[in-house]
Amino acid sequence: MTTTQTDRTTVDVVETDHRVGALRVALRTFVANKLAVGSLVILILIILFCFLGPFVYHTNQTSAQLLLENQPPSPQHILGTSPAGRDELGRLMLGGQSTIELGLAVGLLASTFGLIWGTVSGFVGGFVDSVMMRIVDALLSIPFLFFVILLASIVRPTLWLIILVISGVSWLSTARLVRGETLSLKTRDYVIAAAGFGTPRWRLIARHIVPNVLGVLVVNGTLKVADAILTFAALGYLGLSIPPPATNWGEILAGGVNNIFDGYWWQLWPAAVLIVLTVLAVNVLGDALRDVVEARLSQR
Amino acid sequence: MIRYVLGRCGQALITIVAVSIIVFIILHLLPGGLVRAQLGQKASPIQVHALEVQEGLLRPLPIQYLTWAWNALRGNFGYSYKLSENVSTLLAQYVPRTFFLVAISLLFAVALAIPMGLWQGYRRNKPDDHTLSGTMLIMYSMPTFLLGVVLIVVLNIWLPIFPSTASNFGGSLTVDATDLALPIITLCLANVSYFSRYMRSAVIDNLLEDYVRTARSKGARNRTILLRHVLRNSLNSTLTLLGLSLPYTVSGSLIVEALFNYPGAGLLFWNSAQTRDFPVLLGIVLVIAVMTVLGNLIVDILYGVIDPRVRVR
Repeated sequence: MTTTQTDRTTVDVVETDHRVGALRVALRTFVANKLAVGSLVILILIILFCFLGPFVYHTNQTSAQLLLENQPPSPQHILGTSPAGRDELGRLMLGGQSTIELGLAVGLLASTFGLIWGTVSGFVGGFVDSVMMRIVDALLSIPFLFFVILLASIVRPTLWLIILVISGVSWLSTARLVRGETLSLKTRDYVIAAAGFGTPRWRLIARHIVPNVLGVLVVNGTLKVADAILTFAALGYLGLSIPPPATNWGEILAGGVNNIFDGYWWQLWPAAVLIVLTVLAVNVLGDALRDVVEARLSQR
Repeated sequence: MIRYVLGRCGQALITIVAVSIIVFIILHLLPGGLVRAQLGQKASPIQVHALEVQEGLLRPLPIQYLTWAWNALRGNFGYSYKLSENVSTLLAQYVPRTFFLVAISLLFAVALAIPMGLWQGYRRNKPDDHTLSGTMLIMYSMPTFLLGVVLIVVLNIWLPIFPSTASNFGGSLTVDATDLALPIITLCLANVSYFSRYMRSAVIDNLLEDYVRTARSKGARNRTILLRHVLRNSLNSTLTLLGLSLPYTVSGSLIVEALFNYPGAGLLFWNSAQTRDFPVLLGIVLVIAVMTVLGNLIVDILYGVIDPRVRVR
């Protein structure tokens, strides 16, 4: 009895030691990448700006004030006013909220659905796999923006519907990626051994496939956040996003683009810089996470 | 080789059928159905019923699908009540323009990205590689329309070289060349960043291969190694990417067309989305999806020609 207990504790210690080691390697790889740490800091600052900014900088974003339209920056309106007379700085905060919420939600939804579709397709194989993958192929061959616009013209857009619509296109390549990983994982010795013990299928997927796909999935999901923000901006530019007074960075930019020949720079460049900075930071973060995942894999 | 080509053709055919089924399902998901979409919400039940009978909407779904698919095959995509024109006439008018824009932009993008990626992979982690990678990453993180706007500001407002609209497209060759400059540059730059990234990493991977060491030990010069050996082997992955990027580029084309008022299928699609002209929307989706599948098929077959290993798989 005592021997088994000491045995267990030693095993435990070894296990936790190993895990701490892997995490530490991951953290070290990440921190060594100055660009990635910088991106993380920038992202945190942008999130604070959008979500806490309105508590410090109070503006009226609900009603249009046509007497105040297109005013240049002044002490009352630090970044001037929009074509509808709303304060631009406050508007950037509000637009950033929906943009960031959408990016994160799409990343999460697309990854979850892609993970389920990909693991099932790859693990079950055969006819089911062919059918599931042909569906993905067919949807992927419709250029995503056409598909999104078609869906957005059928439903009346709210933020949640747009999240669903963009996720509906975004999960496709994730499913393909996860399927590929699953195909290579399911022929590994430990999975075959576990299957030989009579482990049920769902447990094989949940315990042996999914945890090993997670690294790649997180990298992919991060890049999906960047793509989703770009797609949302494109929809905002095309006038197919959430109706006012709600807004997003793409729609703010669109306002600036329409007035581009009048020289209203404050309507264009601040939104442009925010959007590029955010997407750039997320992309750099995704690349850094890929290095971390690869470092972890080479550790094994 | 024949078996490989036939196999890929079969797969493409299945994908096209799947696309048509998806489009057909969307057609029937429309709130109130296609008839309501055409007649508007104020139509009387009798009018609705008459059109339903006329369009054969009361028959079983599989039969409806087959008639619809048969009509689409013969180039009959229905009638646009909003534009008072056959959808096929509109498609024949607008789709080739988009095809032209996409093809030229992709050509330029590949012609730029391949030498750039080759150079960056060769000069890996040197200052010039970092500068190029950084610039490309910034471009990659820009919404396509913002890229276009930056180009308008620089090449139209600051330096008045090119016009900011391509709405006169089709006038004459000289007019077209200047009108098309900004749309093509925008769509091309949006793709260069995507291709050169992959080209660079393919070159880096290939430079570590044994055959490079062999060539070097035979006394081959750097230039010969890069141009004769590494280039050809790195091209394969970039070519696959070209196929995969087609839907992405066509989406970019929609934005570019809307921004520069270029009268292509993307602009038609956007305008039709605003008037909810569903026959046109679905016709464009179907034709463009089929063209994307065919484009991918051509790339895959080319891939098999260039790289014999692919045929065996």
